[in-house]
Amino acid sequence: MPSTRSSADFVAAEAVARHFDVSKPWLARAIERSPRVFLKAVDGVSFAMAKGETLALVGESGCGKSTVARLVVGLYRPTSGRVLFDGLELAGLPAAERARSRRRMQMIFQDPYASLNPRWRVRDIVAEPLRAFGLASGRAELAERVGALLVQVGLSPADGEKYPHEFSGGQRQRISIARALSSNPEFLVCDEPTSALDVSVQAQILNLMRDLQEQLGLTYLFISHNLAAVRHISDRVGVMYLGRIVEIADSGTLFSQPRHPYTQMLLDAIPDLAMSGREREPMGGEVPNPLDPPAGCHFHPRCPFANDRCRAETPALKQYGPAETACHAVEEGRI
Amino acid sequence: MIAFTLRRLVQSLVVILFVALIAFSMFRFVGDPVHQMVGIETTLEEREALRERLGLNDPFHVQFARYIANAARLDFGVSYQHKKPVTEMIGARFPATFELAMVSALLALAVGVPMGVFTGLYRDSLLSKVFMAVSLAGISLPTFLIGILLIFIFSVTLGVMPSFGRGETVDLGGWTTGLLTGSGLQALVMPAVTLGLFQMTLIMRLVRSEMLEVLRTDYIKFARARGLSNRAVHFGHALKNTLVPVITITGLQLGGIIAFAIITETVFQWPGMGLLFLQSIQTVDIPIMAAYLMLIAFLFVAINLAVDLLYYVVDPRLRLDRGAAW
Amino acid sequence: MRAWRDSDLWYSFTRSRITVAAASIAGVMILAAFLAPLIAPHNPFDLASLDLLDAHIPPVWSEDGETRFLIGTDDQGRDLLSAILYGARISIGVGIASVLLSLVLGVGLGLVSGYAGGRIDAFIMRVADIQLSFPAILIALLVNGVLRGILPSERQDELAIYVLVLSIGISGWVQYARTVRGSTLVEKNKEYVQAARLIGISPASIMLRHILPNAMGPVLVIATIHLAVAVITEATLSFLGIGVPPTEPSLGTLIRIGNDFLFSGEWWVTIFPGVTLAVLVLSVNLLGDWLRDALNPKLR
Repeated sequence: MPSTRSSADFVAAEAVARHFDVSKPWLARAIERSPRVFLKAVDGVSFAMAKGETLALVGESGCGKSTVARLVVGLYRPTSGRVLFDGLELAGLPAAERARSRRRMQMIFQDPYASLNPRWRVRDIVAEPLRAFGLASGRAELAERVGALLVQVGLSPADGEKYPHEFSGGQRQRISIARALSSNPEFLVCDEPTSALDVSVQAQILNLMRDLQEQLGLTYLFISHNLAAVRHISDRVGVMYLGRIVEIADSGTLFSQPRHPYTQMLLDAIPDLAMSGREREPMGGEVPNPLDPPAGCHFHPRCPFANDRCRAETPALKQYGPAETACHAVEEGRI
Repeated sequence: MIAFTLRRLVQSLVVILFVALIAFSMFRFVGDPVHQMVGIETTLEEREALRERLGLNDPFHVQFARYIANAARLDFGVSYQHKKPVTEMIGARFPATFELAMVSALLALAVGVPMGVFTGLYRDSLLSKVFMAVSLAGISLPTFLIGILLIFIFSVTLGVMPSFGRGETVDLGGWTTGLLTGSGLQALVMPAVTLGLFQMTLIMRLVRSEMLEVLRTDYIKFARARGLSNRAVHFGHALKNTLVPVITITGLQLGGIIAFAIITETVFQWPGMGLLFLQSIQTVDIPIMAAYLMLIAFLFVAINLAVDLLYYVVDPRLRLDRGAAW
Repeated sequence: MRAWRDSDLWYSFTRSRITVAAASIAGVMILAAFLAPLIAPHNPFDLASLDLLDAHIPPVWSEDGETRFLIGTDDQGRDLLSAILYGARISIGVGIASVLLSLVLGVGLGLVSGYAGGRIDAFIMRVADIQLSFPAILIALLVNGVLRGILPSERQDELAIYVLVLSIGISGWVQYARTVRGSTLVEKNKEYVQAARLIGISPASIMLRHILPNAMGPVLVIATIHLAVAVITEATLSFLGIGVPPTEPSLGTLIRIGNDFLFSGEWWVTIFPGVTLAVLVLSVNLLGDWLRDALNPKLR
């Protein structure tokens, strides 16, 4: 581990891993003598977040960032490692306390068409957490709270009577946010909240999220592959590649001085009209098969700086200046 | 392929064991077997002795294992009602059901396939529409109603057909057949039509939709473009490609025919296994019910297995997940 | 979407003349059956009003017909029209009750199977596969036989209807279970289900309140077609003599009774109930076919 986390951190992941068993049925395995196969979607991820900050996790699809989101809120149980929320490990808590912690964290999902039950009225969707946690007593109070929440996200109380299909993608995402806010959470996990939206709408949603953060003092874990959105909203950024964090730094640092070759490659992929002046390195190659990732540093087959050590030894996250980077080349001063 | 075959074999075995468990549970727990076998004047001691002799005091799994072992030797006990070995009774009635089922299946194929081809080729002709309407009725009318209608028309009103029984039969070394006498053949006509009608409509609709599907494909257009005659295109190319699903469905329906024979046999008082089974339900004659269940299960599993394996060989794209109709 | 789809359904409905006809016929028959006590000219169950001298009277247009009995009487002197109305009531009632039982059983097992997955799913689906490899009529016959073996023989007549509903209901659950399981597998991975899990909604509540409403569309189609099958099965079992007793005849029982008199030329006792049954089943089938096509444009 690069650095020990203090329990004062609001949210912390400690060497969290999640492996999925994707083996064939045992009979086929027995006959073909094939071994069990595990997909290491998340393979030892650690980070810590302070209250009120926004940490973004970026990476190409399949890098495990959405799995991290689900591990943090407890939709998945970690295969190893643990997730701490306000110093408590959710998985180990008795049911009553777990419900109390659950109320304080919520999630906004990627697909605004799948994240709202098409058969429910908007008011019931928004009220579900209120009912589940017993946060409002009586119909009148419930209706009032739902109305206020809809106003808060820029909709009108009358919208509560409608069904989700009567709204556009951006409006649906606002409903999703209203639902997430209804239990007065302190921590929101946002799993690619804007990637399914039109570009013109993305900024509106991001601005809404920012405003809400200021008003309510929210902490965001922001999952995205959209670097522009990440730059817009996050305080710190972690870059993931094949289930591991390869670099994590302040947003400014990461975008201006990326150290890890993979981070550089990601940034180079953004069309840069201003031309920052940094030399662009075209980097080819595909993401390797996640079922059989390369040994050592997962990135070495695509990395121009790879040497024998990179092919054999997994680099750990270490502090280099303002950033934490997991790269032998950076450690050896080759970059 | 090996894994697939093995898995299907294991699954079939599980099905048979599962059905055997149901059959055994019926035998063991529905009513008291001892009570069924003895008269009123039997003393308690004698009953207890019989119970011990039948092994009814043994642990469940021992009894079940013995039941399976006996079943494997085709020993299903003695009928409560008739006091005769069940296997003997079923064996005596098997030829009647088998002949009826086979003739029905052949009839369904022989009529259903041409009708399907015709309605597929000339989908807008009046005759096709008549065929389709008749087939809808064939699916909607209950089997027993069709049987009654046939009896009413041909036996009661016209008086040209026998309304019940098998007619004269010839005993060929334990296998009684009605196929060799005039009255036997005559008696077979109406039951076979009744039983085959539903399968016939099914086959007709299947062939029709397969024909429509095939006739749209590129290779048929190409065959036409080559200047092949309509006849060669329709029968040489199109029909040939519809036959795999047709044969499969017919195979699967064979089990259904044997099951629906229960109803047909009752309507026409046809002395087959189905009639025996129905009588055993009416009199709660559990050993016969259990044996019939096992026999049907074995037939069904064997047919399903054969069809699945055949499918796998013929067309590897079509892996499993068929569902029989209700 | 609901209002829009309803209107679309309605449009497709009114466009198909056969469907409108089938729906009208089925509707009238079901209504007449349930209103039998009000509209039937006689009460066929009132033994005091029956007169054996009235037995075997042919329909009114025959030589010996009487205007009291429009389509004749049976061997007990019961007015056949009234008997058919009451019989259809029992047939349709048993059919609907069986469909509901199958539906509840199948939808419940399908939801659990799809949502729980793993061993529970494997077990339920294995049982379903086994049952599906036998025709439903055979399952119904077997369940019927077993129930009759368990029940005391002196109460069998009064319990006959429940035995029927149970045997037909149990024989039909698999289609519902497979369909609902399929929808559940799709729905359970959608994010709205994750959102509900996240706030600690119980699995039972998620299945019933979130997934079930989204899985009901195909269930309605199956239920309509199943109603025709259930009515046929009831008639078949009653015809075979293991359904409802002759004291309270269903259509199948009437046909069975009439079958005995077919040879003495009293065709009407069998033919009228038979035609009633056939028309009822045919119209429900047509309705089900249309509903399937209308809800599933891809299958057309």
